[in-house]
Amino acid sequence: MLRTFCLIFTMLISALSATASAAEDFDALINQLPHKNLRNITPLLEKIAAQDDERVRFVLTEIVNGDLYYLKSNKQVVSIRKTPDGDYQLTAIIGEQALENQSKSAMKKIRTSNRIRSDIRGLLAQLDLTHKKEAVRLAAVKQILDDPNSESIALIKKHLKTEKSEDVVQLMETAMAVNQFKTGSVQEKTSATKALKNSLEPSVRNAMVQELNRLSEYKNSELSEDDKALKAALTKAIDSIKQKRSIYEFIENLFFGLSLGSVLLLAAIGLAITFGVMGVINMAHGEMIMLGAYTTYVVQQLFPQWIDYSLFIAIPAAFIVSGSVGILIERGVIRFLKGRPLETLLATFGISLILQQLVRTIFSPLNRTVAAPEWMSGSWQINPIFSITYNRLYIVIFALAVFFALLAFMKRSSLGLHVRAVAQNREMARALSVRSDRVDAITFGLGSGIAGIAGVVLSQLTNVGPNLGQSYIIDSFLVVVFGGVGNLWGTLVAAMSLGSFNKFLEPLTGSVLANIIVLVGLVLFIQKRPKGLFPQKGRAAE
Amino acid sequence: MIPQSIQDLFKKFGSLPVVVGCLFITTLYVSVCNLAFSEGSALHVSTYTVTLFGKYLCYALLALAVDLVWGYCGILSLGHGAFFALGGYAMGMYLMRQIGDRGVYGNPELPDFMVFLNWESLPWYWAGSDSFIWMIFMVLAGPGLLAYIFGSMAFRSRVSGVYLSIMTQAMTYALMLAFFRNEMGFGGNNGLTDFKDILGFSLQSDTTRIVLFALTALFLALGFALCHFIVNSKMGRVVTAIRDSESRVRFIGYKPEHYKVWIFVVSAMLAGIAGAMYVPQVGIINPGEFSPLNSIEMVIWVAIGGRGSLYGAIIGALVVSYAKTRFTAIMPEAWLYALGGLFVLVTLLLPKGIAGFVPSVLDKFKQAKKDKSIAEKRAAEVKS
Amino acid sequence: MKLKKLIAASSIIATSMVAQMAYAAETIKVGVLHSLSGTMAISETTLKDTVLMMIEEQNKKGGLLGKKLEPVVVDPASNWPLFAEKTRELLSKEKVDVIFGCWTSVSRKSVLPVIEELNGLLFYPVQYEGEESSKNVFYTGAAPNQQAIPAVDYLMNDIGAERWVLLGTDYVYPRTTNKILEAYLKAKGVQDKDIMINYTPFGHSDWQSIVAEVKKFGSAGKKTAVVSTVNGDANVPFYKELGNQGISAEDIPVVAFSVGEEELSGFDTSPLVGHLAAWNYFQSVESEENEKFIAQWKKFIGDDKRVTNDPMEATYIGFKMWAKAVEKAGTTEVDAVEQAMIGITVPNLTGGTAVMNANHHLSKPVLIGEIQENGQLEVVWETPDTVIGDAWSDFLPSSKNLIADWTKPVNCGNFDITSAKCSGQNF
Repeated sequence: MLRTFCLIFTMLISALSATASAAEDFDALINQLPHKNLRNITPLLEKIAAQDDERVRFVLTEIVNGDLYYLKSNKQVVSIRKTPDGDYQLTAIIGEQALENQSKSAMKKIRTSNRIRSDIRGLLAQLDLTHKKEAVRLAAVKQILDDPNSESIALIKKHLKTEKSEDVVQLMETAMAVNQFKTGSVQEKTSATKALKNSLEPSVRNAMVQELNRLSEYKNSELSEDDKALKAALTKAIDSIKQKRSIYEFIENLFFGLSLGSVLLLAAIGLAITFGVMGVINMAHGEMIMLGAYTTYVVQQLFPQWIDYSLFIAIPAAFIVSGSVGILIERGVIRFLKGRPLETLLATFGISLILQQLVRTIFSPLNRTVAAPEWMSGSWQINPIFSITYNRLYIVIFALAVFFALLAFMKRSSLGLHVRAVAQNREMARALSVRSDRVDAITFGLGSGIAGIAGVVLSQLTNVGPNLGQSYIIDSFLVVVFGGVGNLWGTLVAAMSLGSFNKFLEPLTGSVLANIIVLVGLVLFIQKRPKGLFPQKGRAAE
Repeated sequence: MIPQSIQDLFKKFGSLPVVVGCLFITTLYVSVCNLAFSEGSALHVSTYTVTLFGKYLCYALLALAVDLVWGYCGILSLGHGAFFALGGYAMGMYLMRQIGDRGVYGNPELPDFMVFLNWESLPWYWAGSDSFIWMIFMVLAGPGLLAYIFGSMAFRSRVSGVYLSIMTQAMTYALMLAFFRNEMGFGGNNGLTDFKDILGFSLQSDTTRIVLFALTALFLALGFALCHFIVNSKMGRVVTAIRDSESRVRFIGYKPEHYKVWIFVVSAMLAGIAGAMYVPQVGIINPGEFSPLNSIEMVIWVAIGGRGSLYGAIIGALVVSYAKTRFTAIMPEAWLYALGGLFVLVTLLLPKGIAGFVPSVLDKFKQAKKDKSIAEKRAAEVKS
Repeated sequence: MKLKKLIAASSIIATSMVAQMAYAAETIKVGVLHSLSGTMAISETTLKDTVLMMIEEQNKKGGLLGKKLEPVVVDPASNWPLFAEKTRELLSKEKVDVIFGCWTSVSRKSVLPVIEELNGLLFYPVQYEGEESSKNVFYTGAAPNQQAIPAVDYLMNDIGAERWVLLGTDYVYPRTTNKILEAYLKAKGVQDKDIMINYTPFGHSDWQSIVAEVKKFGSAGKKTAVVSTVNGDANVPFYKELGNQGISAEDIPVVAFSVGEEELSGFDTSPLVGHLAAWNYFQSVESEENEKFIAQWKKFIGDDKRVTNDPMEATYIGFKMWAKAVEKAGTTEVDAVEQAMIGITVPNLTGGTAVMNANHHLSKPVLIGEIQENGQLEVVWETPDTVIGDAWSDFLPSSKNLIADWTKPVNCGNFDITSAKCSGQNF
């Protein structure tokens, strides 16, 4: 009796002390963090991950996100959050109490490298299988699928029963099947192959190809019946996967083409107005784009707390900035060059040099940082091998929106009517009391303003620097000429077809040659149809 | 005062003797002062100046070529840089082969950049490049052929005006991208450089430099004479007529495209010669010469100098190039303002360029004089 | 009468010139040949300012050999023939004693014949493809074996990369570097099908297809790494596309040789965090010299946000070395300085000392850094010792037998060790 009691008592004590010492161990391990360097931190992290403590997840996540620091003064490990006023809000890991805000110089980061972070992600994935959020669980299974081991597969097996989400279950089953495929018997492999033949996960295909390669090393006569069946199943599955992949590849290329096309469209559409409608060879068009991009930069500098909405402010701002510079150029220079289109080339070229240098003087020759809003980052994963990046998607939509808005303006508004009237017959329009001077200024301002909007978009894709405009000016001219001067629809078709043509060529020839082929093709095309895809007809054509 | 015969001569040849004379005097002055006076002497002209002037003269020849098609035929080519660069590359290939086994890898056959890209043998289009005669042929044939193909296609299908300008720009842009490719076998971005000698004469010696300079001046004079005779010939009149109204010329029964192709080819060859003379003097040719901006700059020389005036083109090229040299030295941070401002002001205020400005001022002066004399006469008449 | 006037005039000119020369003799002229306009201005302007800062500092210390240093700044405007012309101007007109300049290889190649003809002295501060050693040039940037090969070693041994994507802009530096790396990887047993090489034009801005291809290449089950020699402006769209297509540094790390602090200051760094760069200097390295240098730079430029980078350190080392060599030689005469340069040591900003070797290249440590959110690079790996810059790569068949040694008895930039001959070059 007494013995039993003693036994129970000791067990109780030891159990109690075990939990107590677990907490102590965790604290001790955390306190070791500041003393480790990149080479010897991994074992420590593994030890931390093995602890049965609810803080483990938090600490590991903070490390991966780069938010775990320690104070230089007392080596206290803290997690940090940036406050709006530039300081950092600290929370001690041990004790979990909030500390005084500090500037970054008082702290030092717990440093990691890619290798360590990817190890931690593996550890986290196992913990994440039971996370509340479905997306996190999904990501965790995906992580395991990419690099499975017996431990993680066992965990998946365990959680598969309790998992409720359809998607997660499916992915978990795929992971199990892949595992079966890798470790199972020949029959199991064959059945797994059949189960997996519709999966597009790269790891599935890799496993299959590897297996097929292994089987191919033997002569057919050396293979057993089961092996042969497996081989046939594998070949069939890989073929079907390949077929699907090639369909998605085609769609992907088409999307790439359209997105390149919409960038070209945005860059060229302003020129389609100034050059196509007014007949001014505006070599400063690229600089209007550049001004738009710099406007975005300035807007972001002025409202650093609203990065996510900055583009909505930047679009009208850029329209106004570039548009007013455009009007200024028209009033100051171009109106004196009426009827001498080739000389507008020279004058606007001079203006473009001045604008470039102006930007260099004001903003320095260095590129400027334009941040991407959160909603423009990342991609929309449609299936494991096909995704569409959000920024490209929005740009395609935006470009089309700008195009149709402009079209509506030209066709439906009275100002648009005046613009077209002046473009077709200036004298007659004047005789009908259209103020052609005013219309000219507005048209040029409109074209430049739209170039400015293009600049906002380009700031999301490429460098914001003094040379930004130059890289788009030639392409813009080509698009307008290819489409047919003075025809907005032509510009749309030209931009989209040039973009797609380029993107379908690129995988075959490499990007440099694709560019050259497109250019040569364009030159030859113009020889066939000297006025572009959609030539202007009637008296306005001459 | 001036004998009647000389006045007749001037009427007949226009600015030709003046230009040739100026060139001759400059050449004589530069060569004598460079070779005869030692460094430190007040009259010495430094080698730096010689190569600089040599470069300017190449540009002048190039401007002449642009003016011939633009000023007299109304073809605004934004791709003359391509012809210039092709001529340059033809010369560069020859000079490259002249290096022989003195390259860094000591390969007697292949240029350095091919050795280090592990090329086994010369590509076919380098065949014959070690021959001087072939080089001369290529300097003319390369740009000429390109101009012929491009011109005959474009002019036959009546591509004109802005479309043509943009197409020429696309052409030179495509060539630039192509020459940037290392697989093309023209040295990629680095181009051709590190030349040693030409026809056995070291490119580093002052005498060779002077000879090259004098040759450039000679070619410029010849080019000027050629253009002069072309524009004053019957054919030149047709060409000018095409500029002014192509459709009328066609209705009269001429075939404008033939004339256009012809003049385009001649102009391209002149540009090619300019390129060929340029390369040994500056010591490098690379795809940057194909860049569309360069071609625009050439047009600007002509616009500033005076479109449709041969000596104007030369003046334009010299003035702008000199301004560029000076500005980049005096105010490196601000020279683009000055250059850009110059372009804008010239197009606004001097629509006919410098060459148009001087005569118009003279005319005004003459007119004023005439007015004055008429007024005096009238006054005299009134008095009497 | 006329003749007299002429003589008088010419004597005036002559005396004024003599006076000018006498004035010139009181200062030591330092040529600065960096593009201040055009495409390269973005990188080169900083180096011009660095040289000016170094000159100012030296002058505060009393100059060199008792004379003040006088900078002569010209703008070659990113135009390669203009580089040659300006060099001639600096050497024959301005009579400078040394030139600090050039960034791109083509500008150096353009300048080289002029420098050699006029026996000038050029300090070239940027990492480059090697395959060159001129008597008149000192290369203070990294040769491929001081940047590319250690980076690949790191990826292979520490990250465990087995599949390689070599991305580059289509010009000579990426071409050569990739050739060297390809040979190196093959020597390490990497198979052809595990290497993908892709070249893009300058300023390439549409990376969708290439990044998608990299993603596909990297999904074949083996750890994949990208070695990027993508140049300047093309980098921003490249990294943006990487980030947007969901390729993180943990999946497919990208190690870049042309992305440093200065370039990063013009990026939105969020998609780059964790990717790698290999250099010989990072601003984040903690050392006394470095802190001093950074403070001096920020004060000189009057901007607290400006960063320092590797080519600036190379300029710094080059300048210090030249100053030391001039003092050692007791003259600014090129041949004497050139001889005095070899063996000169200057403390690196990152600790240790840089040595100028007989092949006119430096011995430097190699650092691999991970890009941080604030645009700085944190060292994750460094070579245990300094690495001697190799003018001629051992991995290229054309140059494996060549060495450069500018001391007696070899005294040649491209000495063939098998034939014991100084091949090519006039020197």
